[in-house]
Amino acid sequence: MSTVEQASADRGNDKRPWRWYILVFLTPALLVYTAVMILPLIETLRLSLFNVKDGQSVFVGLDNFAVLFGDPRWAASFWNALKNNFIFFFIHMVVQNPIGVALAALLSVPKLRFGAFYRTALFLPTLLSFVIVGFIWKLILSPIWGVSPFLLDLIGLKSLFSPWLGKPGSALIAVSLISVWQYVGIPMMLIYAAMLNIPDEVLEAAECDGVTGWSQFWKIKLPLILPSIGIISILTFVGNFNAFDLVYTVQGALAGPDGATDILGTLLYRTFFGFQLQIGDKSMGATIATVMFLIILSGVCLYLFAIQRRMRRYQF
Amino acid sequence: MGSKTLKSLLMATSILATAGFAHAADTELTIESWRTDDLAIWQEKLIPAFEAKNPGIKVKFAPTPPTEYDAALGARFDAGSAGDIITCRPFDKSLEQFKRGNLASLTDLPGMKNFSDVAKAAWTTDDGKDAFCVPMASVIHGFIYNKDAFDKLGIAIPTTEAEFFAALDKIKADGTYIPMAMGTKDLWEAATMGYQNIGPTYWKGEEGRAKLIKGEEKLTDAPWVEPYKVLLKWKDYLGDGFEAQTYPDSQNLFTLGRAAIYPAGSWEIGLFNTQAQFKMGAFPPPVKNAGDACYISDHNDIGAGLNAKSKHPEEAKKFLDWVASPEFADIYANALPGFFSLNSTPVKMQDPLAQEFVSWREKCKPTIRSTYQILSRGTPNLENETWVESANVINGTDTPEAAAKKLQDGLDSWYKPAK
Repeated sequence: MSTVEQASADRGNDKRPWRWYILVFLTPALLVYTAVMILPLIETLRLSLFNVKDGQSVFVGLDNFAVLFGDPRWAASFWNALKNNFIFFFIHMVVQNPIGVALAALLSVPKLRFGAFYRTALFLPTLLSFVIVGFIWKLILSPIWGVSPFLLDLIGLKSLFSPWLGKPGSALIAVSLISVWQYVGIPMMLIYAAMLNIPDEVLEAAECDGVTGWSQFWKIKLPLILPSIGIISILTFVGNFNAFDLVYTVQGALAGPDGATDILGTLLYRTFFGFQLQIGDKSMGATIATVMFLIILSGVCLYLFAIQRRMRRYQF
Repeated sequence: MGSKTLKSLLMATSILATAGFAHAADTELTIESWRTDDLAIWQEKLIPAFEAKNPGIKVKFAPTPPTEYDAALGARFDAGSAGDIITCRPFDKSLEQFKRGNLASLTDLPGMKNFSDVAKAAWTTDDGKDAFCVPMASVIHGFIYNKDAFDKLGIAIPTTEAEFFAALDKIKADGTYIPMAMGTKDLWEAATMGYQNIGPTYWKGEEGRAKLIKGEEKLTDAPWVEPYKVLLKWKDYLGDGFEAQTYPDSQNLFTLGRAAIYPAGSWEIGLFNTQAQFKMGAFPPPVKNAGDACYISDHNDIGAGLNAKSKHPEEAKKFLDWVASPEFADIYANALPGFFSLNSTPVKMQDPLAQEFVSWREKCKPTIRSTYQILSRGTPNLENETWVESANVINGTDTPEAAAKKLQDGLDSWYKPAK
């Protein structure tokens, strides 16, 4: 912190020559980022305002959006996808992140043995390809060859098993939990790093004041890692609303059964690229992509302006 | 691998590659295809048979993987580098290429008279005036059954709907086998192996399909709802947890001998022959009452067309004429049991299972899948919706009537039948 402040103070005092090398360092990254991120984004936004009429691409203003929200079929599939996406996000928030925090808290217990092993083992699924994760879980949950019905049978609870991935009521929850299993390592690592950053003096002082165990976690550690939890929430939000891969590998592009696992990503894929006999519709696809962009943008803005500014930070 | 071996390998490949240009005086035709699996059959059987009869024409089979084919072919058409012979996907994808002028009209090709109108339907313009691909192969739907299981339980091959369910009841009561191997997880199984398999019997094949396209019948009419009512009855005979059973699961359940009946497409024959350790037989979709006319789904899958900008159109036409001949049909259909020639001259199949499938053509009326021609051009896409609704009916999410209504509403939202 202090070095940054000093630097800004320096800038005011003496007039240095124009530092052209800053440009040299920035340009490559800026060019690459513009080429692969900003231009496609602008192109997507532009495309959402155009549509093909009689083989010609013409400007239609907001007509595509009117179709998306006005046409009962488009609206139904869009709201269904959005609702599923919120459930997907909600499950991540209430399952993945608390578990991640809990695991990090356990890992940072100083006397823990085999800590490095647990850390690696818990983080490993995050490194796996979603194709592998999807395939493994499809097999584990398979009613025919799956491990889960077999294990439940061993302890006499076979009746609890049902083909979760194939039932409209449970498919989305099952897919969300698979995703939680895969990505729980990320909040765990971030929180773990934040917890290691808590100075021992603070904890010792707490112990002197008689704050130990659970109350130490709630009263000392949790407030100190709150900014990290905020970051994780926003990462989860962005990741979930861009999600596509796991649903696609586990449930296919139609995100069955009966669209129960259809999220914005799969809806966008089907619309933009087409599927089977359905021919891709680039304009409507870009429209959905634009709406997704706006949803994510507003979520991030809400977080930045409404929450992060009010968050209290502690300096040591 | 030592660098020496590598070097000699590289040398060897370069020599082999140049060997291909040795007959520079000959005309070389290139075939574009997505059937990478068929490379050996083309190189070892089909091409030598053609070249032996047509000296001076060399043929090269250059396949692209199926998932890349459509995009790659489109790019090659644009760049003018597409091969002379184009393997055609059925219906709209090829029709689009024809409309863009990439595929030449083959209406005047002499060999085209070897095919019926149904066979040509997949590669004919909507008005029926222009045909642009020679039909090569189709797949037939039906049921493959475990003969050992049927013999053991003393079940005769069912020919009517009542017999079919009686057989299923018997298998279920015995308990050794899962009566039917089908899942709804992948959705398309329920639609393709279920609805499109048994459906033609109820909507009377081509007759019903034509009425649907003309708007004289609706998907909510009895002939189109009834297959869904029958599908709903299948539910009790599927394996445990069929809701999460995938297509490979169904295949394995059957080939491992755990299921007795498999609602099938004929393309399974090749795989099943190598995997199943028991005797197999097949029967066509059962009719409603004994003595009714039977209908089968004989769905066009592969065709061959002529690149309109080919540099050797005469030679290419000669080749296509040969593709339309009974000789080609015989070699092709026997090399790939399950992909049946569409040629009007019946082909004698060596594979008994394939022979059984193709024999239905003589007693039953063939049709193609109802959703493929014209009706899947808009949004929502009727074929995709049929996948979802067929699975819904079996899962019990929707009643047959509700499913049919959803499909018809979806179709009505964009499809206006020509008056």
